[in-house]
Amino acid sequence: MPKLTINGREIEVPAGVTVLQACEFAGVEIPRFCYHDRLSIAGNCRMCLVEMEKAPKPIASCAMPAGDGMVIHTDTEKVHKARNGVMEFLLINHPLDCPICDQGGECDLQDQAMAYGYDRSRYEENKRAVPEKYMGPLIKTIMTRCIQCTRCVRFATEVAGVEEIGMVNRGEDAEITTLEQAIDSELSGNLVDICPVGALTSAPYQFAARPWELKKTMSVDVMDAVGSNIRVDSRSGRVMRVLPRLHEDINEEWINDKTRHACDGLARQRLDRPYVRGDDGKLKPARWDEAFTAIQARMKATAPERMAAIAGDLCDAESMMALKDFMTGLGVPNLDCRQDGSRIGTGPRASYIFNTTIAGIEDADAVLVIGSNPRWEAAMINARLRKRFLQTAMPVGVIGEPVDLTFETQYLGAGPDSLAELAEGKNDFAKVLQKAERPLIIMGSAVFARPDGEALLGTIRRFAESVGAVGKDAPEGWNGFSVLQRAASRVGGLDLGFLPQEGGRDLEGILQGCEDGEIDLVWLHGADEIDTKRLGKAFVVYQGHHGDAGAHRADVILPGAAYTEKNATYVNTEGRVQLARLAVFPPGDAREDWTILRALSEIVGKTLPYDNLGEVRQRLIETNPVFAAVDQISTEKWSGFGGRGKPDSAAFTLPIANFYMTDPISRASKTMAECTEAFILPKQDAAATG
Amino acid sequence: MLQDKDRVFLNLYGQQDWGLEGARKRGVWDNTKDLIALGREKLLELVKESELRGRGGAGFPAGMKWSFMPKENDGRPHYLVVNADESEPGSCKDREIMRNDPHMLLEGCVVAGFAMGANKAYIYIRGEYWEPLQRLEAAIAEARDAGLLGDNACGSDWAFDIEVSRGAGAYICGEETALLESLEGKKGQPRLKPPFPAAVGLYGCPSTVNNVETIAVVPTILRRGTEWWTNLGRPKNTGTKIFSISGNVNKPCNVEEELGIPLKELIEKHAGGVTGGWDNLQAVVPGGSSVPCIPKPTCDSVLMDFDSLREAKSGLGTAAVIVMDKSVDIVRAIGRFSHFYMHESCGQCTPCREGTGWMYRVMQRMAKGQATVDEIDSLLDVTYQVEGHTICALGDAAAWPIQGLIRHFRPEIERRINEYTSNSAVAAE
Repeated sequence: MPKLTINGREIEVPAGVTVLQACEFAGVEIPRFCYHDRLSIAGNCRMCLVEMEKAPKPIASCAMPAGDGMVIHTDTEKVHKARNGVMEFLLINHPLDCPICDQGGECDLQDQAMAYGYDRSRYEENKRAVPEKYMGPLIKTIMTRCIQCTRCVRFATEVAGVEEIGMVNRGEDAEITTLEQAIDSELSGNLVDICPVGALTSAPYQFAARPWELKKTMSVDVMDAVGSNIRVDSRSGRVMRVLPRLHEDINEEWINDKTRHACDGLARQRLDRPYVRGDDGKLKPARWDEAFTAIQARMKATAPERMAAIAGDLCDAESMMALKDFMTGLGVPNLDCRQDGSRIGTGPRASYIFNTTIAGIEDADAVLVIGSNPRWEAAMINARLRKRFLQTAMPVGVIGEPVDLTFETQYLGAGPDSLAELAEGKNDFAKVLQKAERPLIIMGSAVFARPDGEALLGTIRRFAESVGAVGKDAPEGWNGFSVLQRAASRVGGLDLGFLPQEGGRDLEGILQGCEDGEIDLVWLHGADEIDTKRLGKAFVVYQGHHGDAGAHRADVILPGAAYTEKNATYVNTEGRVQLARLAVFPPGDAREDWTILRALSEIVGKTLPYDNLGEVRQRLIETNPVFAAVDQISTEKWSGFGGRGKPDSAAFTLPIANFYMTDPISRASKTMAECTEAFILPKQDAAATG
Repeated sequence: MLQDKDRVFLNLYGQQDWGLEGARKRGVWDNTKDLIALGREKLLELVKESELRGRGGAGFPAGMKWSFMPKENDGRPHYLVVNADESEPGSCKDREIMRNDPHMLLEGCVVAGFAMGANKAYIYIRGEYWEPLQRLEAAIAEARDAGLLGDNACGSDWAFDIEVSRGAGAYICGEETALLESLEGKKGQPRLKPPFPAAVGLYGCPSTVNNVETIAVVPTILRRGTEWWTNLGRPKNTGTKIFSISGNVNKPCNVEEELGIPLKELIEKHAGGVTGGWDNLQAVVPGGSSVPCIPKPTCDSVLMDFDSLREAKSGLGTAAVIVMDKSVDIVRAIGRFSHFYMHESCGQCTPCREGTGWMYRVMQRMAKGQATVDEIDSLLDVTYQVEGHTICALGDAAAWPIQGLIRHFRPEIERRINEYTSNSAVAAE
């Protein structure tokens, strides 16, 4: 614990911190551009110069390790002069185009020029101009504004793991450049955030709004099951952009591009009024009471066991609770929230969540990924894995389709047979896992959507126990058995038991029933990822916010609210309960989902016993106490689960063909369509033509 | 004046055989084994005792630099890196050493390498030095054949080998950490210090970077004794040094001399005097383009060593003496230096990247007088904003010549400005 004196105040700081961090501990602000907590130190902007006694020159505080007995001054004439000078240098070639710059109002250069700069320029020469670079559909570049801090280069190389940005040339001709192609990373949007100036700005958001006009709502993301914390910026009832919000245990301060840029899909293809399919087979706009009457009539005429409900990937816990209560109140046993056909969720909680937790990845010392591409299924978890890999170069084995995870992996095979070989110790990687103190086994959710999912769950559980990833051989507190869910609604749905009730059918049973004419009414709650052709002649009620596959098939459409339009609860893949908050109101006649069900229940004559959000949440807590512990991780009991059967040999397949379009919102997004065109289609074409 | 018996570089002018046989006749590789047998501790002690200062420009005591290397190997190899990227405008001494007496450098590498626990030396040679490279490589081959390098270098049981790597023409790669980056195959940009190369250097291993001349003189010092060496030169500025004298002199040359020789004597005795006589002298840049110039009155009496020149607010640098007589347009000349530094700045850190271009542009206008008198102070202020605020010393090197110019030749700059202003006023009428 080095002790140093900062501006006359003695302070003890943890070993290994830099002078800049020590100053922050002491509550002294140090201006900086190139320094970023989560990136390597470049020390090139020179804005953080401070005076150290006995040093002949001012030192770059971001790069100097804090040492015992150092005496630091940050408030002397010399330091002010140095900051002034650096600021002036940064500005001489920086264009004075703040009025037309999208960074305006949230620009480090602007803010620090106000705080530390001169009020005028002495530079009389011509300013430098730098050609723009192409970085893809998400990033707009105005490279003349670049101050060469190299944060973007370091982010791309270190965090994103794509070495596609670098600095070329030298001296004042130095430029940040790409390889004249789009930055092919699912994390590229973060480049905009880390750029301290307006050189890299968000292309879809260009000239859209000024930061001071925006209403900021702290919420969570639903594009995957990570539950990244986000800030939704809205203006006059419209979501303008989505930014990351700091959560050290989930997304740190990054988010993926779908989380960030799919928000324009919230304004397209929206269901903003109820529809009822007329006798001519066409959907016609209707009033709420008309829609409800149509449903009520149909429900009255249908026996409970001939009705079913399926919940989709973006549903909040409140509405699933209401739907479950509504359906079970009618006596309907056929419920399923696993629209991917997953076979897990009936066992203990530990069998379907990411037990290790995301932050826990940083304790793992060997990883086995089974049937998953975490880069697409949970980009933030992949970023964590990469972070850990860079720290320790831990061995990572992959079973399933070979994928590029941005770090070194060892490919072990395609299917359950390779897993069996591993379990029998026929593969060297088995020794790696055995030797590892804290092995982590990540299973993609698609693994359990196979017909042999139940058997695989048992197989993998036994394997995890045998290598000491969990159970009695694992270190105290370590659970390396982690299911990587990819739907934001899934864990919440399973937690509240949105599952086949006594004698009820699961997803496959429901669809089969529809085809066979045994199910007459299906309630699709935002379920668009199922094969709607299999719904047969059933009467389909679609409750949701986007005119997607489910709505096309529906006989009655009930317009609901998207995740930015309601106060709602989501449970992420770690089992962490989080609250999304209303940023804007649902469009048109659309309503918050649980209120729709509450209203209908009254008409049907089975009134749900709650009148406000608090009561719904109380009901959630009664159903499962985990809902009471917001933003907390509960350690789950470990027990035997999973089938004893032998899995078949079919290779694992990946569930996501296009990262940028996985749900109704992202499919409606123009930006995501542009990304698909830029990143996905060329690869598919290349694969098709060989 | 240095006597012939005290000369270290006996074939500086290439009049004798540069190969192994010739080198041996001059005493190179003589009892190298015995030098190594002194042991690491003793060698470090002797080099410290000799007060040998680095010949690459900064004049840092070589013995102290070597002693920063870890005493024990922690599993990582140690490296000696020889900085032969001689790019300082005006300097051409290392070229002559490598071209005419490459074995001196190789023997120095073996001894110095042993003293710092290194089994490997890299010589990073300026890419333009084609002939020196050829000879260096030939000399290494000769030395390997003769068993002077290899698993049992000079029969000392110490494994030692040398590899030569070529630079690609960037001045910044002469900065020790940028050199290491370049040697590793990366873009030549200086590293942040700390950590210093002795802790984390080439490929993350303890390394020491020394100038060619520093390494080449070591065996001679050890053979002839530190007392002999410290009797040459002046206190703290011991021994001999190769001076590269160029510019407006009658006979530009490289010459080995004692440190502390008066500048006037150096120029008159060895370079045939200033063109047009001593009184025709305008200014001298005494240590390569990086150091401030000194005007004639100072030149009359200044001594050529590290400390004397520092007192004169200049520096010995690489001892590349650039002589300018009265025919030289001094403002333009320094402006040309500014162009060089703008062109060679690596662009990594702000003050140098932005400041060098700014200084260059103002200097170009000043050379024509196309400026205002106020701008002289503003330019001076800019040089102070660059100096000391950068990662490496290139920022300082860009600032100093201008500071020297303004310090000594402000009246000349003002004269031009006034002349230009009045001329343009006349033209306007």
